Amino acid sequence: MPNVSMTVNGKAVSAEVEPRTLLVQFLREKLSLTGTHVGCDTSQCGACVVHVNGKSVKACTTLAVQHEGADVTTIEGLAQNGELHPMQEAFKEHHGLQCGFCTPGMVMSAIDLVKTHPNPDEKTIREGLEGNICRCTGYHNIVKAVKAAADNMGG
Amino acid sequence: MYEFNYHRPGSVDEAVGLISEDAKILAGGQSLLPTMKLRLAQPSDMIDLAGIPGLSDISVDGSTVTIGATATHASVAASSAVAGAIPALAKLASGIGDAQVRNMGTMGGSVANADPAADYPAALVGLGATVHTNSRTVAADDFFTGIFETDLAENEIVTKVSFPVPQAAAYVKFANPASRYAIVGVFVAKTADGVRVAVTGAGGSVFRASDMEAALNGNFSASSLDGIAVASDDLNSDLHASADYRAHLVSVMAKRAVQAAGG
Ligand SMILES: Cc1cc2nc3c(=O)[nH]c(=O)nc-3n(C[C@H](O)[C@H](O)[C@H](O)COP(=O)(O)OP(=O)(O)OC[C@H]3O[C@@H](n4cnc5c(N)ncnc54)[C@H](O)[C@@H]3O)c2cc1C
Ligand code: FES
Ligand code: FES
Repeated sequence: MPNVSMTVNGKAVSAEVEPRTLLVQFLREKLSLTGTHVGCDTSQCGACVVHVNGKSVKACTTLAVQHEGADVTTIEGLAQNGELHPMQEAFKEHHGLQCGFCTPGMVMSAIDLVKTHPNPDEKTIREGLEGNICRCTGYHNIVKAVKAAADNMGG
Repeated sequence: MYEFNYHRPGSVDEAVGLISEDAKILAGGQSLLPTMKLRLAQPSDMIDLAGIPGLSDISVDGSTVTIGATATHASVAASSAVAGAIPALAKLASGIGDAQVRNMGTMGGSVANADPAADYPAALVGLGATVHTNSRTVAADDFFTGIFETDLAENEIVTKVSFPVPQAAAYVKFANPASRYAIVGVFVAKTADGVRVAVTGAGGSVFRASDMEAALNGNFSASSLDGIAVASDDLNSDLHASADYRAHLVSVMAKRAVQAAGG
């Protein structure tokens, strides 16, 4: 079995994996980082979004072995010294979640969105979150949270 | 997903050497991995192109935009050089799927896959692009041969696609609201050799609307397309749209594209 090494949330990790192991399986099953969710497993819902070298990707649609040497961040890696990331804080403040299943993916996508579009208007936010599906909120408060976070993140 | 062996070659030649009957090239994986999960494909070997240096390069020289096979949709969308030379191409890339699909999916993967509803094939045929492989070049008009079918041989790898810079161009699609794939997408380009109109999503493969091209060569204006329709006989009918509706959409999208291209 091939060995794969990467940095996950700032820590070096290395493990033997079958080539067919998806990145999301590697994170959840090998590293016990279960904050990254699997909603559909068919590349549509975005519950599994993580950052690979700073870019958001669907961890259910990529193999762990494709990311040898990569720098991966999951929802568990966002809070620093016990302080939530401004995007997490904004989701909490603006009730951007109900059941919370979609939230890790939403937050990861939203952070990438604000990085590529520092001062997004509502349309940009809605388009930027096209790859993330939420069955609960109706998106309204998610959009509000992302806007507020973008303002706080100095956009 | 069934088991397979994984390879990460460091050059195109090495990748070509690894190809065997049941092997598959892996680029962004955004079409191939979902297919493998459904067990519609079960390659014995996966040959990942991501480790090949230079294969994702994007370059623009006066009259040609060249996009490497492993350039992601996101990098094409974000390239100011592409946006400066062929804004319609950058805009098309920015409308593929969603941000996460665009961060992984590639030019080479999209054209080799030849999904009847994919966006890039319309740009290739609409602009009269050239597909470069490890062994030859193929005109876009000859490259897309059918539903998920291309002119590529088993042991051929797309290395880059070069697009001549048009005088004006635009792409307009009627997107599936869930996936963003084109239910119908029309790419219109005004080039030195005349107007080209390429239609994706409507038929089994991208095709040119020659009656529309002739009318637009006479007068490059949306009103030139009044009364010109494509026949619905060979168009797709599925749960998203009937063939008649698709034929109607081709006219509407073509007019909008001509307007967006300044006509
Ligand atoms: C949710 C979702 C939405 C999407 N929406 C759209 C959309 O709106 N419009 C659109 O156009 N597409 C859409 N796609 C498809 C997406 O654009 C894919 O990225 C693309 O079709 C395939 O590119 P890839 O790099 O991911 O290729 P892969 O999935 O890695 O490969 C696809 C096929 O091409 C072959 N291949 C790959 N690279 C080469 C090469 N260089 N030479 C020869 N063969 C090669 C592979 O062997 C495989 O058969 C969507 C996908 C998803 C998951
Ligand atoms: S679990 Fe990955 S997109 Fe739904
Ligand atoms: S909060 Fe329940 S799915 Fe989004």
